[in-house]
Amino acid sequence: MIKRRGHKIRKGSQGSPQPIPGPHPPTTAQGRGGHFGTTAAGSTSVPAPPMAAPAPPSRSSPVSLRARRPPAANGGRRGRRRERARGGAAMEEVSARFVAQKISKARWRPLPAAALQPPDVFATGSWDNEDNRLSVWAVGELGSGEYLGEPQLLCDIGHDGDVMDMQFLDQERIVVASSTGSVTVFRHHQNNQTLSVNQRWEKAHYHVDQDTSCGGAACTGVICNNPEIVTVGEDGRINLFRADQKDAVRTIDNADSSTLHAVTFLRTTEILTVNSIGQLKIWDFRQQRNEPSQIFSLTGERVPLHCVDRHPNQQHIVATGGQDGMLSIWDIRQGTMPVSLLSAHEAEMWEVHFHPSNPDHLFTCSEDGSLWHWDTSTDVSEKPSFLHHGGRSTTYLSHSTINQSVVCAWLNNDPTKDRMEITNLIPNQTLSVNSLDVLGPCLVYGTDAEAIYVNRQLFA
Amino acid sequence: MEEADTEPPLVVRGGGDAAPGSSRVFVVRRDQDIYIQTLRKLFNESHGVFIGLQRCEEELAGKSRKAHLVQVSKNYRSVIRACMEDMHRAAAATRDPALHSQSTQSNSLGTNRIIPSPCKAGPLLLRLLDWIRLHVCDVDSMVREVLSSENPSKHKLFWNVVDVFVLQGRMDEARHLLSKEASANPTSMSMYKVLDDLMMKMPLGNTQTLTELELKWQHWHEECQRYLRDGTFASNPHMESICKILAGDENAMLEKKELLTTWYHFLVTRLLYSHPTVKPMELHFYAQSSMDLFLGEESSPEPLDTILMAAFEFELHQVIKECSIALSNWWFVAHLTDLLDHCKLLQSHNLYFGSNMREFLLLEYASGLFSHHSLWQLGVDYFDHCREYGRVYLELHIERIPLNTEQKALKVLRICEQRHMHEQVRSICKIMAMKALRNNRLGSALSWSIRAKDAAFATLISDRFLKDYCERGCFSDLDLIDNLGPSMLLSDRLTFLGKYREFHRLYGEKRFSEAAKLLLMLMTAHIAPCSFWMTLLTDALPLLEQKEVIFSAEQTYELMQCLEDLTAGKPDKQKLLDDDVETTKVEMLRLALARNLARVIVKEGTLEGS
Repeated sequence: MIKRRGHKIRKGSQGSPQPIPGPHPPTTAQGRGGHFGTTAAGSTSVPAPPMAAPAPPSRSSPVSLRARRPPAANGGRRGRRRERARGGAAMEEVSARFVAQKISKARWRPLPAAALQPPDVFATGSWDNEDNRLSVWAVGELGSGEYLGEPQLLCDIGHDGDVMDMQFLDQERIVVASSTGSVTVFRHHQNNQTLSVNQRWEKAHYHVDQDTSCGGAACTGVICNNPEIVTVGEDGRINLFRADQKDAVRTIDNADSSTLHAVTFLRTTEILTVNSIGQLKIWDFRQQRNEPSQIFSLTGERVPLHCVDRHPNQQHIVATGGQDGMLSIWDIRQGTMPVSLLSAHEAEMWEVHFHPSNPDHLFTCSEDGSLWHWDTSTDVSEKPSFLHHGGRSTTYLSHSTINQSVVCAWLNNDPTKDRMEITNLIPNQTLSVNSLDVLGPCLVYGTDAEAIYVNRQLFA
Repeated sequence: MEEADTEPPLVVRGGGDAAPGSSRVFVVRRDQDIYIQTLRKLFNESHGVFIGLQRCEEELAGKSRKAHLVQVSKNYRSVIRACMEDMHRAAAATRDPALHSQSTQSNSLGTNRIIPSPCKAGPLLLRLLDWIRLHVCDVDSMVREVLSSENPSKHKLFWNVVDVFVLQGRMDEARHLLSKEASANPTSMSMYKVLDDLMMKMPLGNTQTLTELELKWQHWHEECQRYLRDGTFASNPHMESICKILAGDENAMLEKKELLTTWYHFLVTRLLYSHPTVKPMELHFYAQSSMDLFLGEESSPEPLDTILMAAFEFELHQVIKECSIALSNWWFVAHLTDLLDHCKLLQSHNLYFGSNMREFLLLEYASGLFSHHSLWQLGVDYFDHCREYGRVYLELHIERIPLNTEQKALKVLRICEQRHMHEQVRSICKIMAMKALRNNRLGSALSWSIRAKDAAFATLISDRFLKDYCERGCFSDLDLIDNLGPSMLLSDRLTFLGKYREFHRLYGEKRFSEAAKLLLMLMTAHIAPCSFWMTLLTDALPLLEQKEVIFSAEQTYELMQCLEDLTAGKPDKQKLLDDDVETTKVEMLRLALARNLARVIVKEGTLEGS
């Protein structure tokens, strides 16, 4: 009886062509490979190894994604085991908390200049709730000198509209971009753990020629360089504010004909923006012209770019993430096309961050529910060229030398030397990871599954 | 969401305190439960478990599968438990009566644990004990209170706590407490020793076979009886009652009614001390009699009782039915049915509507999620795992999600694209393109229609661009038009727009001959719409007037042909000629063309000659 029933059900499951999120149909992976070829041929860019389109995530091992590399390169690689062990350790250090709101942004509070401790406070913003909130969290309860347990809510405050982007201006002030087009500076009072509105620019982003009442356009990105604040929005406008001034210092109307998705500072007077037709633009506030000083774009395909980050030490290296999950590395000193295109996630890459103090590590998160750790540092000491050419020394390289060569790692054009270790830090997630932030040894990320996660030992 | 559903209660929220008779707006909500904050965590967490369960279906087989199913059931339980703890905390904080029904619900959720694994008889009792410990959790706070007092054994709740421990079979904890009493009260030392010995020796059925257990148990039981007969504990009523309970005296247990709180606690205690070798099949018999004994005559069973009773009878369909009636949302039933279905415990039970019960319940639950402002993303995965109607439901629901930002639209779009729902992709892109167009964001609008490969809309927007150009004499959104790339081929008009812009660029860069060639091609290949020809010909004027000759003789003939086609082919010839400006234009063109022809003939003649 039971057997028969079982048989029936199984049969049904075979015959169903139901779409399954997660493991990707192989066709897509091939298609992506093709795209690779064309791009690489048409430019100086060289793809790092095409990532294995993730195998169905394995439940046992937290490390389920790995770069597929030529077999030759596999042999002399000793860093891998260490990597795996590290991955395992890292998983145990993750603490999570369900917060009953979809998290759109998570940011660490910056550390004071001379601080030695890891960061302990972060802020999150929610989206798509009936009442959205900005919340400030402590990473856990302080117990015997270490933080333990799940993140604890310190305080929160209502926010009008979805939190689209968020940045700490300084230790106390948080700049929040809203889907209503307003930009708000909140102050976190640390003595009595409250939040209050410090400054607000209503309708910083808006649509013209609007006969309906809701003229605001979502502000999609914000970046701070105290006291300056730059915002971009769906209206293609760029605003430059100062934290202490009521009016915008500079506004570039119609800076972009499509939606601007993200912004970051290149230098003190220059910013980088990415838009929904795959362009990376440099704007110089010293110039009075309302036009970008330089435009970079992906060739051919107009794949929207969603995020951008600049290498903390080498300002000419810029990473962007696109709608197809592709990670692009650009060298803005030369050319108008990316130096390398790295096939990565299966869906929109929402954020990309170089590690601020350890820039050979890069972190990306995506709509497909994965968060990847890109590590170019692992095999520097094993780089064969040092043994061949150097000859004189087989000892470990000094730290500074390592850093030196790592910088090149992001711009390395040689496809035979794949030098990246890639780890998926979330093997079984299904819903989007909207935001991440790294600081010191700590990683925080927030998801559409209404949970926030803190990993306190990234480099254990 | 419009379907007339009878079971989940519709909640009507009055539109404020308007006077009766005046017009009001009612917010009608289905499934009001999903708006409870604490339950959102439950939904999100269980969603993860649910997905894990569906994946195991695809990957695992045989033994590991079974282990995984048990694991899943455990995960559900811990999710429920976390939720219950939250509830208790919230209830304590607010004293909200609405929460009561919720805790009732979560209580019944515990039945979950008995059902999936009825095949293993031995540990059945242990599992029941676990279950009771989980659900009767007042005791922990009581223990804390007692232990934190200065003299625990004198605390007024002391014996209550000991009793509860005994009733729940937590012997070690009970003995620990009793030892405190013994040390505080040396006179009862001997009694304590005997009782402690009895409690320590109580056989538990985790290692030995049933017959072994049975034998040991009888032996132990007789020992308890003997002490009772001898009146060893006569001087201490508390210890005596404990010993009675150990000996399986049902009346002694019933005396502790308020400590037991529920009939199912009584059932478990009774089984523990009088029928430790109970088999799953006999369970319902004891359950029925326990309920009758405990509730007595005065009260009729509540919905929860009937659910539990059905669970003890292993009447799965009955359980599901009772739950559906009693509980105010579909969360529990949907997940339970799904789990049972995966355990293959559910007879394929064809409904006269829909496909099967699992799917029906999942669809109902997911539809409820979709009616929520932000939980709709969870619903998608549930629909994915409904083979028959899931897709249809998803298609209908996904189109109705309000898209207030582009980012949300992108997320919805991704869901549709992953599932190859082309119709929905088109409609979402169209909505976004329309919005952008209304906001005068032509660039964005074009991007959206290119993404949807919506040729008609791209044409419409291209026309807007061209119109703007004609009015203002310059292009807006150059960054976009210059970078159309292959997407230019989406619609003829878009191709024209791109090419026409290219002409302008060539002209601006003073690459006149290339520009001229392109211009001519636009007309002769009929890429340009006829209404635009006049503009193109006018654009040719400055080229014709250049010092050096740009158009070849052949090209000039073609240009003339175009002009004649335009003037002759115009059905409303009169109107065209009436217009003063137009007439002048045509005449100027003719003149320029003639002069150009003259020059080119001379030039070409000379060139060939030389």
